[in-house]
Amino acid sequence: MDVSQYLEIFIDETKEHLQNLNTQILDLEQSPDDMDTVNEIFRAAHSLKGMAGTMGYKRMQTLTHDMENVFSKVRDGALKVNSSIIDTIFQCLDALEEYLDNIQSSADEGTNDNENIIKALNGFLNGESAEPKAEEKKTEPQAPNTENAETPVMSADGNPDDKWKSINFSEEQLHVMGTAKGKGLNVVGVTVFVQESCILKAARAFLVFKTLEELGEVIISVPSAQDIEDERFELDFSMIIITEKTVDDVIKACKGVSEIAKVSGGAVDVPAIAEEEKESETELQVSENKAPQADNGGNTKAPAEKKKPVVNRTVRVDIEKLDVLMNLVSELIIAKNSLVSAATSTGSATNEINEHIEYLENVTTNLHESVMKVRMVPIESVVNKFPRMIRDLQKKLGKKMELYMSGEETELDRTVVDEIGDPIMHLLRNSADHGIESDVNLRIQRGKPEAGSIYLDAYQDGNNVVIEVKDDGNGIDVNAVRNKAIERGTITSEQADSMTDQEIINLLFLPSFSTAKVVSDISGRGVGLDVVKSKIESLSGEVEVKSTLGVGSTWTIRLPLTLAIIQTLMVIVGGEKYAIPLSNIQTIESIRPDEVSTVQTKEVITLRGNIIPLIRLNEVLGCESTKDPNEELVVVIVKKGDKMAGLVIDTLTGQQEIVIKSLGKYINKSKLISGATILGNGEVALIIDPNALI
Amino acid sequence: MDEVKVYSEAIQFIKIAIGEEMYGIDISIVDNIVRPQAVTRVPNVAAYIKGVINIRGEIVPIMSLRLKMGFEEIEETKNTRFIIVKLEKYGKIGLIVDAVKEVVTLTPEQIEKMKYDANDDIPHFVAGVGKTENGLVSLLDIDVVTYDKSMKED
Repeated sequence: MDVSQYLEIFIDETKEHLQNLNTQILDLEQSPDDMDTVNEIFRAAHSLKGMAGTMGYKRMQTLTHDMENVFSKVRDGALKVNSSIIDTIFQCLDALEEYLDNIQSSADEGTNDNENIIKALNGFLNGESAEPKAEEKKTEPQAPNTENAETPVMSADGNPDDKWKSINFSEEQLHVMGTAKGKGLNVVGVTVFVQESCILKAARAFLVFKTLEELGEVIISVPSAQDIEDERFELDFSMIIITEKTVDDVIKACKGVSEIAKVSGGAVDVPAIAEEEKESETELQVSENKAPQADNGGNTKAPAEKKKPVVNRTVRVDIEKLDVLMNLVSELIIAKNSLVSAATSTGSATNEINEHIEYLENVTTNLHESVMKVRMVPIESVVNKFPRMIRDLQKKLGKKMELYMSGEETELDRTVVDEIGDPIMHLLRNSADHGIESDVNLRIQRGKPEAGSIYLDAYQDGNNVVIEVKDDGNGIDVNAVRNKAIERGTITSEQADSMTDQEIINLLFLPSFSTAKVVSDISGRGVGLDVVKSKIESLSGEVEVKSTLGVGSTWTIRLPLTLAIIQTLMVIVGGEKYAIPLSNIQTIESIRPDEVSTVQTKEVITLRGNIIPLIRLNEVLGCESTKDPNEELVVVIVKKGDKMAGLVIDTLTGQQEIVIKSLGKYINKSKLISGATILGNGEVALIIDPNALI
Repeated sequence: MDEVKVYSEAIQFIKIAIGEEMYGIDISIVDNIVRPQAVTRVPNVAAYIKGVINIRGEIVPIMSLRLKMGFEEIEETKNTRFIIVKLEKYGKIGLIVDAVKEVVTLTPEQIEKMKYDANDDIPHFVAGVGKTENGLVSLLDIDVVTYDKSMKED
């Protein structure tokens, strides 16, 4: 069987299941008696096993099978969760992840049998099976669903295939069926069995559904139509339909769909309403959190479905398709800009044209926003793995610490989310390894709780997303960093004297510091921070750190919400048009030439008490200013973190929303130019990155 | 970079002029030929890179073939064209040429490969010479023409 076409789906879903397992098992470690969690784990393990089996990954299947067995025992109460089980399960998940990595890179699971893990798992199964019966009793009522789901209760007279007979009806449904019968219609129940080899069960079920809908009205389906669509059923599903046709016609129609093993059906005796009353309670519970068409799914599976956490309804969209859409929007914006420039250049700009432009502007802005939203994904997928990492670090480092996360739902552009994981992980490790004091007594002495706290907070702030990694550890020893920097020749001792503490701390981001392991021994910081910085800067973001010795440190990552389209200020320097991102701009000032003074041969201006260095853009860009030097200077004040600079330009032309285009690989990446954009008249304008100037 | 290009079957070349000399560019890598348009200067790049232009929404760098190959730069004329070539390594690049003449088809017999001394240091822009009824055409090795040693390989 060729399954290669399902490989991508398999990898995606396996990743999801593994992440889910990781989270659930962490939960389980906190509350080992929570049967909901155990059930959830069991289900995920079971799906994993099934998927691996279908795809022919035998080793993966064996491993998950044993893992599932362990949880099966746990669920039955025959085995109690302890830390050695948790540890082994985590090893097991790591092994599965390894398989998945292999599959992703080579479509083959690799040759590692992970015998020791399997042995350990089997050890739990054999060694500790004799658990007190009381435990079993206690847990039994909480988890009856899965057993029941696999062997549904049959009505006494039933052929085991006639599962539809075990469907319970609500009053309303009975009423509908009764009315239908009164009109001379047939009420037919069918149970359809899909072939075991069938891969696209949901698709087959859907076809059956379609067929039956042509014959009459499907009033009940078990599992619900939604569940069937999501493939949340084993091999069979049952339906009640109201139709003009006979039972045989219905069965024949169902058998007409390929890959259907067998179909059993019969006419439904509309049961008396009184008999069903005892069931209504379950149904009420069910209907609360199910879709309308699922209201009628009041069979024995119901409790299981009720406990299921609400799964995010997502659509997987190929990123390339989104890029195409994005490009179209870009074109639209360019078209709009052309219209604007045409209207203003002819001078005959009537109100009518302007109205049209305003309308077009509304449309493009909205379209842009919604496309960007499609590209946004919650950072959850990235940060979810961190609790596990901190747990492992805790064991490895022998320190007590807790990770508190907030804002996992904060959304970022897909491309950014994919890249941001490593830098955050780095900062978290840094906090865990170097931030939190190794000496518990020192913590107590400083009046802090024994267990260290690490916070990972994400939130949106204007047009930026902020991610903070905070710890209540030792903080950065500024003097140690200063001494080390002097020793390494990064700065001279004179320079060091004139530098503020914050400036010293920022030295940690320099590449020369990252290679020096020694620094981490003294100050507890500085391994690979330059990598973090450059990664974040490549995403057009920035990172800064604030720290108080003895109290803790806060690392702040600031990322732009979107990368592709930005608001800019268009300026003219030496007759050439340039765009400056609005997000960098603080204010725009008019400065008289005599207000410019020089400090150490550098031009500066004083603005509201701040001394701001002037940068003459025409000099940096290598062109002639077309402005009379005696005129007032137009200065764009840009800001990067706490630092400011004034960019001297010739003229302002206004604010414009532009689409960022890459300059391509051929032109040497000049740091000063972050990209280019196409103006309304088809000309190209370069985008200045003020961060490179400050 | 120094390996000699082998032409095994008939190939079409776009014949271009730089001054009085005729050069050929393999038609398979030519994406587009456009009339000169406003070039946006890019600061801090090599002198022969004149800047970037917009080709249907894409930013394409433009280089002067004259400057790169050591000729004098001349004023744009009504014959000046930008030949946009598409390279695997760098994507699209525009070459400024004095004029585009015609398309010539050359069989391997008509092509004389250039032999270079492997030790000399000057770039070998010409991979071979094609003999046509209307004279000789120097066939450009675009990889060498666009190569810039200051550029980092990635």
